[in-house]
Amino acid sequence: MKNNYDVLIIGGGPAGALAARTAAEKGLSACLVEKRPAIGAPVRCAEGIGKEALTGFIEPDPCWISAEMSGAVIVAPDGFEMSLESSMAGSKVGYILDRKVFDRELVWQAAEAGADVFVKTRASAPLIHEGRVKGAQLESCGNVTKVNADVVIAADGVESKFGKWCGIDTTVPVREIMSSVQYVMTDIDINPHATIFYLGNEIAPEGYLWVFPKGRRAANVGIGISGRKSGKGHRAKDYLDKFVKQKFPHGKTIECIVGGVSVCRPLDCTVADGLMLIGDAARVVDPLTGGGIYNAMYTGRLAAEVAADCIAKGDVSKKALMTYDKAWRASKMGKGIERNYLIKEYLIKQSDEKLNTIVHSVSKLDLKEFSTLMLIKELLKANPKLLVELGALAASLR
Amino acid sequence: MLKVHRDICGYCGCCVSVCPEGALELIDAYLSVEENCTSCGICAKVCPLGALEVVHEK
Repeated sequence: MKNNYDVLIIGGGPAGALAARTAAEKGLSACLVEKRPAIGAPVRCAEGIGKEALTGFIEPDPCWISAEMSGAVIVAPDGFEMSLESSMAGSKVGYILDRKVFDRELVWQAAEAGADVFVKTRASAPLIHEGRVKGAQLESCGNVTKVNADVVIAADGVESKFGKWCGIDTTVPVREIMSSVQYVMTDIDINPHATIFYLGNEIAPEGYLWVFPKGRRAANVGIGISGRKSGKGHRAKDYLDKFVKQKFPHGKTIECIVGGVSVCRPLDCTVADGLMLIGDAARVVDPLTGGGIYNAMYTGRLAAEVAADCIAKGDVSKKALMTYDKAWRASKMGKGIERNYLIKEYLIKQSDEKLNTIVHSVSKLDLKEFSTLMLIKELLKANPKLLVELGALAASLR
Repeated sequence: MLKVHRDICGYCGCCVSVCPEGALELIDAYLSVEENCTSCGICAKVCPLGALEVVHEK
């Protein structure tokens, strides 16, 4: 490890890996540190990603794709199923990844591009000089070192602390943390090519329960519920156990994963002097789906591109780095987050009866473009009354 | 004070994200609680497994 880098990236998930790879490709000296002893583990993810979203960053490889999806099913609180398919017959719409291998591949690519990588190495404090972030104090197996960097990129995930240490409030409101548990289950009867989403206040209050296939008879079976609905006797695990007992009584659980997913609006500002926040640390998870892999890779790459520009110009002030903040907010991703935030806020307030009505309006949808936006547009066509309820938001969806 | 039931904790960091004091930190498979913890109990509420408990000392 050197004492000085152009860019220091904290966290080795998809956000950090894309930032490191991009920075190295741009000719910067880049260092990525991961506090855990292994890249990719433990998994904190349902592992789903859209086809287009993935291919913008990496060529799909069977080594880290667990299953290919051709459709999805939304299950209403009363059990009614709405089936979503692509209007392009037989086409793949998304993937369920094997994040342990996927994350490793991304970091591998960053390393091959020239980035330094260190595992079991934790940033324990920022280096701040005259109010500017200048690097980080790193701890690894008892050794403490100080590493200087022109720009520090915090990619430290949902449990991010680095931004907070630098004065950025990253606290997620209780009602906007999805308290989540997931079992990797085998020996279960499933449709291996469709993701299933179960809705309902009895099933997953202010969240949803998912079955994402990982193979012919295996799936990620998980749940996220609002933090404000969580408590003793009614935690995410209690809801999931109840569902599994009923639905997959003979299935075997080979992995138990827990986590928190933020479904709040992104941070008010994702940069400071010498500092950029990306991925889950910037709270850029899609608030409607809870999906964050694409947004992590997108902000990771964008942050490194802007950092390279700013370093070349010799100005890494907050003002200069704001180019990144403005760009992601104006992007399709940024606009999608805002739109989906408002839709999520509407949906979590609805009763099971109302959710039933919405899902019952269509039993099968062939979507031209397999996206939440297209789904919402179709649901609005089938439920014209929603246009009135959504008010100003509806106009942006037509 | 906040008690971490380490045999239950899944070291996921859900609690860290909601702590208004920044008093929790996830260090790989170890959740640390710093002195500025106010025992507000928000973390105990959101924990997916119920690994955190606010214990009132007598």
